[in-house]
Amino acid sequence: MEYESSWWQLLNHSLKGTALDILPIIGVLVFFQLVAIRKKLPHFKKICTGFILVIVGLGIFIVGLEQCIFPLGTEMANQLTDVKFLVGEGKNSAEVFSGESPPALLYIWTYIFAFFIGFSTTLAEPSLIAVALKAKEISTGAISAWGLRIAVAFGVAFGVALGTYRIVTGTPLYIYILSGYIILLIQTIFAPKLIIPLAYDSGGVTTSTVTVPLVAALGIGLASNVPGRSPLLDGFGLIAFASLFPIMAVLAYAKITEILSQRNQNNYHHRGSQ
Amino acid sequence: MDVFPILLVIVFFQVFVIQKSFPNLGTTLVGFALVVFGLFIFIQGLESALFPLGERMAHQFAQKGDIRWIVFFGFALGFSTTIAEPALTVIANKAGKLAADAGTISAQPGPIADYVLGLRLTVAFSVGLAGAIGVIRIIKGWPLMWFVMAGYGLIMVTTLFAPKEIIGIAYDAGGITTSTITVPLVTALGVGLATFIRGRNPIIDGFGLIALASLTPILFVMVFGIVAQEV
Repeated sequence: MEYESSWWQLLNHSLKGTALDILPIIGVLVFFQLVAIRKKLPHFKKICTGFILVIVGLGIFIVGLEQCIFPLGTEMANQLTDVKFLVGEGKNSAEVFSGESPPALLYIWTYIFAFFIGFSTTLAEPSLIAVALKAKEISTGAISAWGLRIAVAFGVAFGVALGTYRIVTGTPLYIYILSGYIILLIQTIFAPKLIIPLAYDSGGVTTSTVTVPLVAALGIGLASNVPGRSPLLDGFGLIAFASLFPIMAVLAYAKITEILSQRNQNNYHHRGSQ
Repeated sequence: MDVFPILLVIVFFQVFVIQKSFPNLGTTLVGFALVVFGLFIFIQGLESALFPLGERMAHQFAQKGDIRWIVFFGFALGFSTTIAEPALTVIANKAGKLAADAGTISAQPGPIADYVLGLRLTVAFSVGLAGAIGVIRIIKGWPLMWFVMAGYGLIMVTTLFAPKEIIGIAYDAGGITTSTITVPLVTALGVGLATFIRGRNPIIDGFGLIALASLTPILFVMVFGIVAQEV
């Protein structure tokens, strides 16, 4: 019985937290509806029910994350970056870590883990699901919701993996970010115009409920375990990578889709003329 | 389906790489079921509340035709959702500690609390500003590319002058300000506005609000770092 009651308490706590997060939003919405628009909102009851569903759903989702996925992820990040695991039992770690920076290749499993955890958490990100659904709806299916989500997930995966590599090597963050911006600007010039706003939106969307805590845990675990890194100074930056690379990935995905669909269209015209 | 890949990754690394047994298998499975169930309910609520609400408000604003109210709404929505964001509070506290360590501000509770509050207000203001500018952009139909280029240009220049310890925080602040409830609402609002205003394309003009909201905090946090250093 004690087991069950603790789940209830957690759920209760999480629901309260979610409801508190929503309060300012509801306040603004009500204010503008009453003062600026001054009209009744159609389907008011349906919207209220929906709001309750959003709060309850998010509350349950967060309890599950905090009880199941976050502790496991953090624990694994710690184990993978642990010096004992890296060097192997019974070997002398001083030999391996004699230089100023540790050998970057030693952390290969961390990069792989970062890649896959970035990929999989992004697929579960509720805000990204929302934006992908909307994009599909207004493009009447031309933009596939799954295609967009997978492109974004690849971007996050690559970004987080590169970000962990940066923490190990200790290269300053701004060098990566500024070169990233330059690549991004070049990509933007050549990308199909239709996708640009959506691509830039997906950069901000990917880093929320699921990805931020896990990725932050990975960064801080890594920065505190790698000799010569400070968790406060070097632990930052993974989220920045996770919001930069999805933009590149979506722009690239759109370019590829454009090329492919142009080919299809050419085929179609051939058939049409026959 | 959406959450399954996470489980796969965790099981694979636990079993094949770390090669240790699973701690608390029961709790993990219950937690996992909650994640799947919660996400399902959330998506139901998304389709029946957040999307329609954003669209209808956009429609009503567009009917009213007063641009000032919409712009003010964009600002208020951005500011209010950000100031209450838990992730921002965490990052702002860390930033206060970093600034005290670096000697930018004196390491007493008073100045640190001021610094943390100032940082939170700066980020909230910058997201509000992004909301206001974003709405004007949709109404006027200006290309997002101009704003992104100008924003990145300014960020690059400001990075050169910003104190070292604030740079990482600034870049991360761009990613954390967009919460799970704000994103669907703001997306529906933007797309709704672009649908109801004649001559706007929902895909080209409707998206982009979130992009701006993740850009302005980076710039403003660095500016805050420079100003706080000189005061």
